[in-house]
Amino acid sequence: MALKMVKGSIDRMFDKNLQDLVRGIRNHKEDEAKYISQCIDEIKQELKQDNIAVKANAVCKLTYLQMLGYDISWAAFNIIEVMSASKFTFKRIGYLAASQSFHEGTDVIMLTTNQIRKDLSSPSQYDTGVALTGLSCFVTPDLARDLANDIMTLMSHTKPYIRKKAVLIMYKVFLKYPESLRPAFPRLKEKLEDPDPGVQSAAVNVICELARRNPKNYLSLAPLFFKLMTSSTNNWVLIKIIKLFGALTPLEPRLGKKLIEPLTNLIHSTSAMSLLYECVNTVIAVLISLSSGMPNHSASIQLCVQKLRILIEDSDQNLKYLGLLAMSKILKTHPKSVQSHKDLILQCLDDKDESIRLRALDLLYGMVSKKNLMEIVKKLMTHVDKAEGTTYRDELLTKIIDICSQSNYQHITNFEWYISILVELTRLEGTRHGHLIAAQMLDVAIRVKAIRKFAVSQMSTLLDNAHLVASSTQRNGICEVLYAATWICGEFSEHLQEPQHTLEAMLRPKVTTLPGHIQAVYVQNVVKLYASILQQKEQAAETEAAQAVTQLMIDRLPQFVQSADLEVQERASCILQLVKHVQKLQAKAVPVAEEVSALFAGELNPVAPKAQKKVPVPEGLDLDAWINEPLSDSESEDEKPKAMFHEEEQRQAKHRLPEVDEEELARRREARKQEQANNPFYIKSSPSPQKRYQDSPGVEHIPVVQIDLSVPLKVPGLPLSDQYVRLEEERRHRQRLEKDKRRKKRRDKEKKGKRRHGSLPTESDEDIAPAQQVDIVTEEMPENALPSDEDDKDPNDPYRALDIDLDKPLADSEKLPVQKHRNAENSKSPEKEDVPVVEKKSKKPKKKEKKHKEKEREKEKKKEKERKDTLSVNTHTDTAPKDEVVEPRREAQDEEDEDQDQEKKPSKHKKKHKKEKEERPKDKKRSRKKLLGSEEAPGEPVQNGALEEGPLPPMSSYSLLAENSYIKMTYGIQGSLQDSQVTVSIILENLSGSVLKSMELSVLDSLNTRMARPEGSSVHDGVPVPFQLPPGVSNEAQFVFTVQSIVMAQKLKGTLSFIAKDDEGATHEKLDFKLHFSCSSYLTTTPCYSDAFAKLLESGDLSMSSIRVDGISMSFQNLLTKICFHHHFSVVERVDSCASMYSRSIQGHHICLLVKKGENSVSVDGKCSDATLLSNVLEEMKATLATC
Amino acid sequence: MIQAILVFNNHGKPRLVRFYQHFPEEIQQQIVRETFHLVLKRDDNICNFLEGGSLIGGSDYKLIYRHYATLYFVFCVDSSESELGILDLIQVFVETLDKCFENVCELDLIFHMDKGGLSAAPARAVSAVKNINLPEIPRNINIGDLNIKVPNLSQFV
Repeated sequence: MALKMVKGSIDRMFDKNLQDLVRGIRNHKEDEAKYISQCIDEIKQELKQDNIAVKANAVCKLTYLQMLGYDISWAAFNIIEVMSASKFTFKRIGYLAASQSFHEGTDVIMLTTNQIRKDLSSPSQYDTGVALTGLSCFVTPDLARDLANDIMTLMSHTKPYIRKKAVLIMYKVFLKYPESLRPAFPRLKEKLEDPDPGVQSAAVNVICELARRNPKNYLSLAPLFFKLMTSSTNNWVLIKIIKLFGALTPLEPRLGKKLIEPLTNLIHSTSAMSLLYECVNTVIAVLISLSSGMPNHSASIQLCVQKLRILIEDSDQNLKYLGLLAMSKILKTHPKSVQSHKDLILQCLDDKDESIRLRALDLLYGMVSKKNLMEIVKKLMTHVDKAEGTTYRDELLTKIIDICSQSNYQHITNFEWYISILVELTRLEGTRHGHLIAAQMLDVAIRVKAIRKFAVSQMSTLLDNAHLVASSTQRNGICEVLYAATWICGEFSEHLQEPQHTLEAMLRPKVTTLPGHIQAVYVQNVVKLYASILQQKEQAAETEAAQAVTQLMIDRLPQFVQSADLEVQERASCILQLVKHVQKLQAKAVPVAEEVSALFAGELNPVAPKAQKKVPVPEGLDLDAWINEPLSDSESEDEKPKAMFHEEEQRQAKHRLPEVDEEELARRREARKQEQANNPFYIKSSPSPQKRYQDSPGVEHIPVVQIDLSVPLKVPGLPLSDQYVRLEEERRHRQRLEKDKRRKKRRDKEKKGKRRHGSLPTESDEDIAPAQQVDIVTEEMPENALPSDEDDKDPNDPYRALDIDLDKPLADSEKLPVQKHRNAENSKSPEKEDVPVVEKKSKKPKKKEKKHKEKEREKEKKKEKERKDTLSVNTHTDTAPKDEVVEPRREAQDEEDEDQDQEKKPSKHKKKHKKEKEERPKDKKRSRKKLLGSEEAPGEPVQNGALEEGPLPPMSSYSLLAENSYIKMTYGIQGSLQDSQVTVSIILENLSGSVLKSMELSVLDSLNTRMARPEGSSVHDGVPVPFQLPPGVSNEAQFVFTVQSIVMAQKLKGTLSFIAKDDEGATHEKLDFKLHFSCSSYLTTTPCYSDAFAKLLESGDLSMSSIRVDGISMSFQNLLTKICFHHHFSVVERVDSCASMYSRSIQGHHICLLVKKGENSVSVDGKCSDATLLSNVLEEMKATLATC
Repeated sequence: MIQAILVFNNHGKPRLVRFYQHFPEEIQQQIVRETFHLVLKRDDNICNFLEGGSLIGGSDYKLIYRHYATLYFVFCVDSSESELGILDLIQVFVETLDKCFENVCELDLIFHMDKGGLSAAPARAVSAVKNINLPEIPRNINIGDLNIKVPNLSQFV
């Protein structure tokens, strides 16, 4: 043994260390690969030795090789060995290697669990630290589940170094094991106020990262963050918090209002550019969320735009870039304020920095109008010509198309111009966006009927020159436009000037070099064209010509029949047979044209992209059900389904080919120009666009037209679209003149002899009439499409799982039924014994700490029992059958979450209202509107999950009681289970400029309902309101009423008397009101378990009643929430679109409901121990549902 | 979140590569290569941000880089990071390296991969910066003061 050790250390002397390896690689520049494979062999030898130092050295070298791109996964086991070394220097190497090479697919990773746990609880903080750092890189769901509790303990470690790391790694744990979020969150929240700034900042980071993905769950933390924001001086933390607020404001407009002031202050005061920038960004987010009618915020917008302008004008390119970036956000909501900086942005378009140009391009999108579109696009086209790199040019191309096609071609006044722009774009070499251009061509040709003729003529020219587009392989991407060109020529062949010529162009042998999917379109459209030619010829009785065309088809089609592409082959052979048949008929002089063209009768209309998804599934069709039971796996695995139709496109997109050199390009360009010049069909074939213009009434008399006509259409070297720009200018000029003339005439009529003075009227967007009367065909949707718009969310988003409501346990955890249920169930499982064991294991540190921790633990025990349950399960999961233990638990939690979701809503809203009390209720309506508006705002942050719930309008249990010029009263009623009492909360809001005091509420008691008065006061005395109201302030007062019978709704009359005091003196005022006690207000939200519920129903001593409400579009989830909220029910169980609900009256009546949602209706069946109560409650419910 | 830290030289040789999200080795190399080609063709006097696009993640990610003598320091971050802040972070990172190696140069990174916990240095620098109370280090009061003096990196041939 000793000898072996000695031998090992001698070997080591000859081993290469990392430095030697690096040096060696540098010395073997020529045969690096060979040298490295040699080294890897050596390393393999070293790994076989027992000496841990040798192994560590080998692993260290592997880490370096991994960085160079060599696969080291084969050494995973050795890495684990090194990780478990007792010496820190080795351990660190092991963890480093693991963090670089391990991932979820590494199978040996499950062997590390115990090692990591050991390291986490190591007395040396560095061991713990390195384990945490490593774990953060390769944590898997299993590791996360097993170690969550250990890491959570570390969050309260004595050393800030560990606390900080533990806090940070919790984020990764949450991602992998979302169930841990709820139990761990309270502690994470505590860390926000950690004495160590590092830990605090880590916690801020983690929470911000979580909140960014699911902001709505973190709204309740806003006050805490607000405090941090105003107190912290750490810019990093500030930036994070400010960014977080940016994500929160769209969900809570009131937050935004509060933020504006401190943020504006920061903008003015900070000297840190980064902080300034983030503040501006968040102010923009706030403004977006407040965008609906807030005139007094224009100052903030101005401030932002002004600051951004400073950034953009800065010589620092980074600031310029960021300025433009932020500007584009403002653009979405306040385009006007950005448009005034158009000059600056156009200037940035000429910047030498590509990133900046791209940003400026983004901004252009919002700046175009009918007036300047042509001008801007012209400018972009010159950039396209100049652009050096393909990426930027491609970006330009997409931008041009975006700009032109935005909001249904809103800004395009002349579609001929647009088509010619598209045609010009096809001359770009090597662009990847051929399909984009093609899509635009198709879209315009299909949807703008007036343009078809022109489009067809252009496309036929394009087809004629197809060899230019298709021949050079560089243009691979661009040949997609031929797809569009052929289709347009085929589909609208009636517009073709020389169909025969186009047909020949489409049948050229060159076509067979095109990609398969394009050839297929060629084949298909050749027939369309053929059909229309045939018809023409037959009508003209040129039988020979018709037969000649048929012969041409028969001659040329075989080239497609031989195609390697199946689709092309199939179509070609079908068509060839068809044509042969036609030939036979023609030989017998049978007229065939009608029948052939009947093949293509009817119009193809555009279909909306989402249409397919929106086709409702017919009743009784289960898409997930097997049609035939699946065969055994072995067979089906052999043949993986292939993407038959997309393959081609993908292949194209993949290989981008090198560009041709300048000379070659120049040569080709020349050739093309020649070709165009000689081509009789180029331009001339189209009806000259001016004709159209002449058609417009009254224009002929204007001499400009003649000049216009004399402009030669083919100006060598001048791109086509430029002519349109000029024509368009002239057209607008004419229009203007005409308008002036008309105006003049009118004026002359009105006041003869009076001369008109004043300048030409300025042209506004509205003045410009489009050149063609364009009717843009809208896209078709299936007949009964579902209105939902929730199909944009990605179901695979890893952050969705973290969409967990965190406020719940704090709000009313005791009330939640499933939790209690679960607690009971938990007591059966042996975790309680487990907990202390773990503590002992993990706690070697000092007693003091232990005490402290135990205290904390006890506190927590009281606070959240359920959180412990979930985590403590993990403590004994090392054992093999852990999954059996955990699985059912997780399900339970899921169920619980679901139920809580339903339960939660009411309480959350109640909370909101408490907040609202401080605010002016007047704002309520407004802010509600805003909230709705902001949900549609484009800058909406990532909001995952909650897929089934549509946006839920904020609900209020408070309704208006009475209002006059002084005061506004809103009220809500809550029942309590004691003594048949209900509490009426009245919010009193002072609307006047005077102080309201000595307020007194008097109510005329009925036999049934009485107000509780202070002892000794008589029935006729009022009850004083315990506060005064300064101007603009609101406050809430509560009054208790005793009720005898609750089966009927009640109304009580009352009066509020008060003294309004202002500078001029005091006046006595009164306000009458009627308190309405609905039956629902006598119900209290009481949880019920499904078994108890079932028993209740079985007991049979409940009377039954039911209602049905039609025309409900709200989602079921929202519906339930509404019922829960307004009528104080709780959901017992929910299955699909059916739910059972329960509530209890303050006098102990049970009410059970079965709510079912049909297509458009909701039916509610109720059972209750009192029939009158039930029918009344149901009536009220009907009224509520009717508003859904 | 920082998704990756790449350090490579003027020839695209990786000197320090750290991914905080798993990619197979060949993809990692491809990312390094593509990033290299992206930053290589950019002049020194244009902005330091690049839209990562196809490289890592998607449109949410940005490449933020700085070029010192023979080395490029590239951070790939998502939108939750402040762009200017990351620029400063790179600066602090380089300064940390400078302190570790006394006048850091490319050779140091090559030969001392393992020394001084360099491999963990990025993470350490990140935490260092995030911890420091900025006023304590006067240079960073302006996160985003872009005129910070670049340490003298000796030219490596």
